[in-house]
Amino acid sequence: MSAEIAQKIREHGAQGYPNECCGALLGRDADATSTATTGAGVSLPAREILALFPLVNRRDDSPRNRFSVTAKDVRDSEKAAREKGLDVVGWYHSHPDHPARPSQYDREHAWPWYSYIIVSVANGKPQEMTSWRLSDDRSDYACEEIAIRDSASR
Amino acid sequence: MGVKVIIPTPLRVYAGKRDSTEVKATTVGEALGRLTTEFSDLRKHLFTEDGKLRSFVNVYVNDEDIRYLAKENTPTKDGDTISIVPSIAGGSHVCCSCCA
Repeated sequence: MSAEIAQKIREHGAQGYPNECCGALLGRDADATSTATTGAGVSLPAREILALFPLVNRRDDSPRNRFSVTAKDVRDSEKAAREKGLDVVGWYHSHPDHPARPSQYDREHAWPWYSYIIVSVANGKPQEMTSWRLSDDRSDYACEEIAIRDSASR
Repeated sequence: MGVKVIIPTPLRVYAGKRDSTEVKATTVGEALGRLTTEFSDLRKHLFTEDGKLRSFVNVYVNDEDIRYLAKENTPTKDGDTISIVPSIAGGSHVCCSCCA
């Protein structure tokens, strides 16, 4: 992703603090020859995040440590992606005052194939950002490398 | 012409990488049954072991959520579009029993 998109995710996390923020990652898978390596050394097809679709956290009952979006939000995200000739390739959310590591709850609610980006926000300031992908059989939720390119290079 | 079923991106890998398919069906349940007969790998992602639609899966007929219609018995006709929409949720940690 570009540095600009990475910055937007961090800013959304800071704006939402102390609540969790969330949004859709719009992009596309790279060609089959391009791969990203997970923390466990597994190669996955690389993908490019080319736009964001910020959403409202619908968890009014527990927004500081939970997020959810409505089915309409998901459909709106897919529509926004289609209009740009892209796919929804994943989702991002923040962990206020908590590490950028997936919780058991994150894992239970994850779908295979999507990339799930987590940005940690400590005292209102964005910190580490990580990305995770669930294996097809749900047995592994692997950290995948985030490559941030200089916006000026494209 | 049949009923068009739109397959969300995370499930396309189990459906021959197709983003949609067309089936002949008069109810949503019949359409999803035909879909998972054609693409058997989809079954475990859409249905529980006892054959119920998974709670993290939303299904729309055109723009209507079938939970507010007749669920899997919702009738369909030629030209309708069924959308399978994944539920998206997460969160950092559990701070108390009400967060679980």
